[in-house]
Amino acid sequence: MSGLSSGFGVWNPIAWALLFVGILVVSFIVRSFGNKGYKRGTGQTKVFLSGNDEPETSNGLHVRGDHLYWGMIDGLSAYYRRVKAWHTGILSDYAAWFVGVLGLVFVILVLAR
Amino acid sequence: MNIGNLPFIVAALLVVLGLYTFLFKRNLIKLVIGITLIETGVNLFLVTLGYRTGGISPIYTFAPEAQQMVLPTPQALTLTSIVIGLATTALLLSFAVFVHRHYGTLDVRKVKELKG
Amino acid sequence: MTALTLHAPILLVALPLLGAFATPLVGKLGKGARNTLIGLIVLAVAGLAAMLAIDVFGSGGIPTVYELGGGTFTFPLSGGQVPVRILFEVDGMSAFMGLITALIALTGAFFSFSYWKERSGGNLYFSLFLMLIAGVFGMVLTGDMFNFFVFLEITSIAAASMVGFRVWLKQSQEAGFKVMAMYTLSGLFVLLAIGLLYGQYGHLNIAVLARSIQGSLTDMVALGLLLTGLAMKAGAVPMHMWAPDAYGESPAPMSAVLVVNSQASLYGLFRILFTLFGASISTGTVGWILIVLALLTIFVGVTMALIQSDLKRLVAFGAVSQIGYMLLGVGVGMAVIATRPEYGLVAMQGGIFHMINDAACVGLLFFASGVVIRAAGTRDLNQMGGLGHRMKWTSIFFAIGAVALAGVPPFNGFASKFLIYEAAFKLNPFLAVLAVLSSIMLLAVFVKAFQAAFLGPRSNTSAHVSDPSLGMMLPMAALVLVVIVFGLFPGFFVDHIVTPAAKALWLGRDAYINAVLGG
Repeated sequence: MSGLSSGFGVWNPIAWALLFVGILVVSFIVRSFGNKGYKRGTGQTKVFLSGNDEPETSNGLHVRGDHLYWGMIDGLSAYYRRVKAWHTGILSDYAAWFVGVLGLVFVILVLAR
Repeated sequence: MNIGNLPFIVAALLVVLGLYTFLFKRNLIKLVIGITLIETGVNLFLVTLGYRTGGISPIYTFAPEAQQMVLPTPQALTLTSIVIGLATTALLLSFAVFVHRHYGTLDVRKVKELKG
Repeated sequence: MTALTLHAPILLVALPLLGAFATPLVGKLGKGARNTLIGLIVLAVAGLAAMLAIDVFGSGGIPTVYELGGGTFTFPLSGGQVPVRILFEVDGMSAFMGLITALIALTGAFFSFSYWKERSGGNLYFSLFLMLIAGVFGMVLTGDMFNFFVFLEITSIAAASMVGFRVWLKQSQEAGFKVMAMYTLSGLFVLLAIGLLYGQYGHLNIAVLARSIQGSLTDMVALGLLLTGLAMKAGAVPMHMWAPDAYGESPAPMSAVLVVNSQASLYGLFRILFTLFGASISTGTVGWILIVLALLTIFVGVTMALIQSDLKRLVAFGAVSQIGYMLLGVGVGMAVIATRPEYGLVAMQGGIFHMINDAACVGLLFFASGVVIRAAGTRDLNQMGGLGHRMKWTSIFFAIGAVALAGVPPFNGFASKFLIYEAAFKLNPFLAVLAVLSSIMLLAVFVKAFQAAFLGPRSNTSAHVSDPSLGMMLPMAALVLVVIVFGLFPGFFVDHIVTPAAKALWLGRDAYINAVLGG
């Protein structure tokens, strides 16, 4: 009843969830072996930046939204330059793409008839 | 009077002209005019579909015997379409007014803060 | 079948439409009276949609026909009679879409009661909301092509007004103009196609048209117009550019309803392809057109979402990419319908199951992002941070919606994407690879959003925020419940609601026609 079969693959979320809980239990057991010397509010909880002091920011936030995945976006910059230039925000271009696709679909449908 | 396929040609011409206006004109009001042209073309097409040469209006009361009538359904469709077109045109024009109020321009190429 | 079930299709349209026009009047009496009216209407609508679904799914796939102003004919007709009046025809797929609409209408209305409490323009907001709901119900229940166009335009006008009714916001006016212009364009081409079909066959009823359709050159032109127009209104790349503008600029709870509106256009597309045209078109070609649109939608949507720094726009691009998965599932189903039907049905199940999963997850994400934007006072992800310290429940809800939409097991998004992946892999492994890759990138998108909004140290901007009131928490919790239950028991829902819906499209063409015209 809970499982899902595609005819060649099977997906059972209940079994998956049980496995997940099992792994969670194991990780908690491993965690309990850890060092118990942690103290709040001491030097232990300070950010460690190669021994340098934490730089000041206006509101305490260092990692902002755009900082994540900048490497990936940078690596795909050739793609992103094109796709950003494509999203011009001009209504005429929106409509031009619509008319273009319409023409293409006409040609394909008439040829395939 | 036999007018043949002339209305269909005019309808297609109106649609094409409207599309041209929508794609290549820069003023937002002219874009709305383009949409209205397409709409007129479609309405003309619909009403032409129901036209029968020499037909009379489709009202059965006191209708002459054996006289051909034009089809009533396309006229109902066209009427509905005109009403909808009125609403969309009014909405588009009021948006154009507010766009001009905020952006200070009606040039479609300058109204592009939402991009990327 | 009770009398109420018999009249459920028309009541589903009439009640919200009546409410839409009554709201400004009742609003004069005060917010309490207005909210009571709207609450009663959405509850009634949800109950009716559920009754209709139970009736249709329980009766083994025979579509229900409702005749407007009727009672003189009994359906199915016999002896070559054709219906003249407007019909509502409800089969498995329509009932399924009705359930989706009811789910979002119910949660959206109750979320909005709290969300819009201190804001002006509430009467307008709820009036447009109910009109949009009425239009969507009309689109998914009608059995008449012109009626479909009328409801399409009702949703267009209501949706565009919803995007731009706050006239003091600069960018919402731009978005409103763009959305209305594109919707009108698509609507007019759909009308042109309906005119072409009427000119050839002299009828507007879908069942009658489906029986007489030939697949002539004019039919192909009409199909092209319908396919492109409805795909644009669903937001398929490369005709998607209005969609992030619309979803991003409308009020947060309404973005979820706009996504359901896009899904209703997708429903219209599927209904036209499978029921209206059926075997009279080259299913392989049309299937591959859908698949190409789907791949573009999935990939471009998700890559564009990754570079957004506006939270609403980020979720909006994510929602665009999910439309692609539905197109992919149904496109694969269409492409193999004639040649290898054994996994075509699996693909259809996946695509259709993903509709309800997408509605729940995207709804949840838009609700949560509305709460976040309200709390942070900005939509810019670079200005937010540390909200999770004070908004624990909102961050948990957002995280569940995000991982579910990204297809992380064991949530519901994975269950539907699993079916799509498997079936797409059988057709062409490349399709499945791209779909899985894009799902992983979608997870990255939401990791970015979650990190930017909720994680980070306590800052002075996030010191005074808190979880929203119960009125907003409960609708979000309800959607979370849907996400989890659909995720843990996908087999039950696939067997009982998704498979009948998929079969109604895939195999149900004759049943749809015969329910009106008789064997």
